[in-house]
This record gives sequence, structure tokens and C-alpha cells, in this order.
Amino acid sequence: MATILEVKNLHTQFNTDAGVVKAVDDVSFKIGEQEIVGVVGESGCGKSVSQLSVMRLIRRPGEITSGQILFEGQDLMKYEANGPEMRSIRGAKIAMIFQEPMTSLNPVLTIGRQLTEMLELHQNMEKDAARNRAVELLDMVGIPKAETRLDDYPHQFSGGMRQRVMVAMALSCNPRILIADEPTTSLDVTTQAQLLELMKVMVGDFNSSLILVTHNLGVVARYAQRIYIMYAGRIVESGRCKDIFGKPRHPYTIGLLSCVPRIDEKEGKTLSSIKGLPPDLIDMPRNCAFLPRCSYAIERCRVEPWPDLEPVGDDHFTRCFVNPEERQR
Amino acid sequence: MNSQGEVEMNSGSDMQGNNIILDVKNLKVYFPVLRGLLRRKVADVKAVDGVTFHLKRNEILGLVGESGCGKTTVGRAIIRLYKPTGGTIVFEGQDISTLPEKDLGPVRRRMSFIFQDPYSSLDPRQTAGSIVGEPMFTHKMVEARSEYRDRVDELFRTVGLNPDMGDRYPHEFSGGQRQRIGIARALACNPSLVICDEPISALDVSIQAQIINLLKDLQTRFEDLSYIFIAHDLAVVKHISVRIAVMYLGHIVEITGSRELYRNPLHPYTKALLSAIPIPDPYIEETRERIILTGEVPTPLNPPPGCVFHRRCPVATPDCSKVIPELKEVSPDHLVACIRS
Repeated sequence: MATILEVKNLHTQFNTDAGVVKAVDDVSFKIGEQEIVGVVGESGCGKSVSQLSVMRLIRRPGEITSGQILFEGQDLMKYEANGPEMRSIRGAKIAMIFQEPMTSLNPVLTIGRQLTEMLELHQNMEKDAARNRAVELLDMVGIPKAETRLDDYPHQFSGGMRQRVMVAMALSCNPRILIADEPTTSLDVTTQAQLLELMKVMVGDFNSSLILVTHNLGVVARYAQRIYIMYAGRIVESGRCKDIFGKPRHPYTIGLLSCVPRIDEKEGKTLSSIKGLPPDLIDMPRNCAFLPRCSYAIERCRVEPWPDLEPVGDDHFTRCFVNPEERQR
Repeated sequence: MNSQGEVEMNSGSDMQGNNIILDVKNLKVYFPVLRGLLRRKVADVKAVDGVTFHLKRNEILGLVGESGCGKTTVGRAIIRLYKPTGGTIVFEGQDISTLPEKDLGPVRRRMSFIFQDPYSSLDPRQTAGSIVGEPMFTHKMVEARSEYRDRVDELFRTVGLNPDMGDRYPHEFSGGQRQRIGIARALACNPSLVICDEPISALDVSIQAQIINLLKDLQTRFEDLSYIFIAHDLAVVKHISVRIAVMYLGHIVEITGSRELYRNPLHPYTKALLSAIPIPDPYIEETRERIILTGEVPTPLNPPPGCVFHRRCPVATPDCSKVIPELKEVSPDHLVACIRS
């Protein structure tokens, strides 16, 4: 599988009055053509900021301080965030779907206008052609009576329908990569299932790659081929979906997997919760950020700085001194 | 129906009459839609339309469903934040569905509510200690100042907070800690029923487990405590509840023990709901059957005729649009509202 996007040593920070928040701290990841990759973590772990950095959508007081974003062989960091090169890539070649469909659609423009705007801008389509294409797209994402719905405003759609519109919009310019940032978090369970299934099919039809950013482990288990687990601005474990779920290596991954109730669990099982809270990202210590919450910690974790991502298996990396399997004995 | 509860107690197949703490029969909550200058009523939003269930002492009943299914409205009607349009709510032997506001005080001392959002449900200008202790003043449960202080400290320890934090304000706490404050407040008057309305959905994954464990712990520790646990996440509801009621558009479509619901779901909506929840295990997901429903939840303003689910139901027959299915017992303690089961 050819790599389409490779992010190397990305650092994104926010310079606030309280101090420098290192939201993304030396993060590297890659995605292959037509691959579905999951980025998992809790709020504040940097999963969204890392993706916004790829889109070059970081605004003051935030800034990308270093790193490379290699997309189709070109380094996006070389371009101005608002320059013509980025504008021709953003939305067209790399598209993004956000969590809250109500706030990411313009409430005073019709759905049709917002869809055709993209087509006219990026694809240089004529007005009529763009409108026809827009109807086609709405049809594809399963919006009934697409022809008439085109002249409706976002508030006339339900949450699930709005997110379908977002999918249509994101895919309108045949993007190479679709980044979906918590695309179904604000939706109901059955609508979530509908939408994820739709996204999977659509991404396949368009030969795009999909980055699924979510806190829901079930969703990535169902759809992703590879997974990155993030904690406190860093990737703590990465690997193929089956390895991460079958042989999790980082204590945080292990904790995360055992603290969510599963529908198929045995009766009377108690959840083992992760004690404590995620750390404050200002003035982070040099050693492991998960240390205060870790139940596997050894002396080495306290004295040495946070280790790098080390291979522990085929395409399986973790950032930890301890092998939990050995420690349990 | 309104004769102070004696009659209702022995009805149905359940003979453990005095073990039942809450008995809800045919509960209806309609919200009027008002239009025009004279604010005339033009329609009703039938948020809850004929819901029947009971809750035993020291039991946890889960109420699960998608947004707009009426699960929160049921919870709020039980604690009488809404006045029911019809039906009875018998709580500890007393029908409270028509009780006037002035007589609700003693009832509300015996039941309390935990809200979804720990950020907006705590008064930002009150200290944590006074938030937790306030119900005891309202219900005149303490006499001396020192007794009050001791009780607040004890409540803090019960929910795993340091009593020294009582003088802090809500913004100084994290989301999980705030939910602990909400729980301490709910327990302040030794209630026999606590209604938990999506108590964990605003929290991060690793914090959710802490709160679930705390709620479970408390319920085993206090023998007299029952919960109604309202949530949209069936996996969470199944984990904590003994029995589960599945709601759809103002109706209960299935109610049974949580193990039975997972192993042997009978209503097509329950089946779809179960299959829509991804299991965090790729090996299982590979072979799992997925029922993807079409369409969306209809509006309760104009619900479909017959079975409210028939338009999205994968196994609907023409009869489904004509008959409103009754919730009937198909096997011991397993009730389903579907004409096909």
C-alpha cells in the first residue's frame, strides 16, 4: 500500500497566558491509499489538533512549531497556511468532517449553495453542472428528494441528515483523504451506525483514505485497519487494529480497553477504571505523562525521560519501558 | 385508579407487592403546542404515551433509547418536574401523579435526581459543601450546625471526595469530581429512589468507569436504594442494570432482565439497537451481523399510526400500521410490544 500522507515529528503548541500548551508533541503518523486509520484518545489528548494541523487550520495563539506534513510527496509545511497551494488542497484533496454538523454548516446559505460553491471553486464547474452534481451527491448519501432539498437551509435538516450533507460536501471534490473528527459523537446510536456504514461505502467508492478521529473504541474496532492511541499530546501506541485490541502493550491502551462496558461482557463484571485525571499540558514533566495513573510503573519510569515509540511486533509500536505481560506474572 | 395505591399493588402477575417501590401505570406526558396571538393549543407532542413499568426495592432499572424517545421525560415526570397528562405513579404506596405541588416536599425527600451535565447543574456561586448540604436544610433534616457539617463531610467521603474541598466552588473541580458532588447531593436525604439521567455521557471514557463503579458501589452499600438509570448507551445500561426497558417514541417496546435482553432480544428495534453498538474487538466485529435501520425517528408531534416503529422496521407487515401493539408478557418477566412476537 502506497503511503499518501506522512506526518513526521509534528509539534503544535498554544501560547496561552497560563503558559505554553504542547497540544501535539512530536507526533508522527502515516496513512496509505484507501486505508482506514483510527486516531483514538480522550479529550485534550491532541487527536483533533493533530488533524487540524494537517489541514493547516491552526490559528493564533496556536502554532505549528516544527515537523513535516508530506502529502503526495510535497511538504505542506512549506506553504503559507492561507496561500493558494493550501487553498487548492484544503477541502479538495484533503477534506474534513467535523463533530458538530450544526455549527460547521453556514445557517444563512442553502445546502445547495454551500455544495455548489465548493464545486465551482475547486472543480471550475459551471453553475448548472455544479447543481446537477450536487443533486447527484445528495442522492448518493441517501437524502430523499435531493432535487428539492437542495434549496433548504441547514436548520431544516435533522442532525443525521446534516452530517450526511457534510459527507456529501467533503466528498464532492473527490478528495484523496477524508478526515472525520468525531463524526458521529452528537448522533444517536442507530443514526451513528447508518452514517459510519455510509462513510465506509463512500470512501471505498471514491478510492479515498479515511482518518477516523474518535474516543469510541468500538467504532475503530469495527472500521479501522490501523490505530493510533494518543495520550497527553503524544502517540503512545500504534499498530494494526487486531494487534492493538488483541495484544495491547501500553498501560493506557490496556486501561482504556478494560474501562468501557461491553455489550457482550459477562454478568457481574466490574470495570477497572483508570485512577486519577489526564495531566495538565502546561509544564509537562520529561518522564512518562501517564506515570501518575499507571499501575505497571517501575523505578525506571520515574527517573528516565519518556521513551520513544519502540517496535514490539510487526508494525506495532509502543512508548513504554514495561512489558505488561511480564509484569502481570 | 387513583385510590391511594392499594388496588394497583396486587395487580398483574407480580405478587411481591410490598417489595415494589415504584409502580408506573399508563403514564402519559403530552406537551401542548401553542400557536397564534391567543396561544391556542394546536397539537400535542406526545413525549410519553402510555408507559407502564415497576421498580423493586434495591433494584436498578435501565431506561434506554435514542434522543426524543421520552426516557428523560419519564424520569422527570416521576419526580414530578412535569405534571403527567394521564396515568398513575405510585411511589412507596402513594399515588403522586396528581399530588399538588405543596404536598410534594416529603415525596421529593425520598427521591432525587442526578443530571447529565455536571457543568450546568451545579450553581457556580455556591460552594461544593453548601450544594451538597442544601437539601438537608430544605427538608429540615438537621438541627445543629455541627450535625450538618458532619453529615456533609460524611457525604463527601462516601462519594470519594476529600471533605476539605467543601469550601471550593464548582469551577475548581474536574468533570468527574463535579458529578461526584451531584451524586453526594442526591444522597443527602437518604433517598430510596435516585433517578440518574445520563450521568456519565458528559464525561471522558476513563472517568466514566469511575462514576459507574461509584454508583454501583453505593447501591450495594445502601440496601434501601434503587436507581432508574437513564442513558442512550445500551452497553453502559446493560452493565449497571438488572432489568432494562427499551423506549422508542414515547413507548416502551421491550422490558426484561438485562441478560435476557442481550441474549434473546425480541423486538426488532431492540435487535437493531444491539447490533448498532460496536464491540471493541475487531475479531468479533468481523463476523457480527449488522442491522442498519433506514430512515430516522419520526416526530412525536405526528407519530405513525399503529406500531410507532413500523416504518423503519425490517420485518413489518401491513397489519403493523393498523394495530397498536400492547406490551405483553411472552415469557416470565419478558414483555414485548410487537404483534409479530
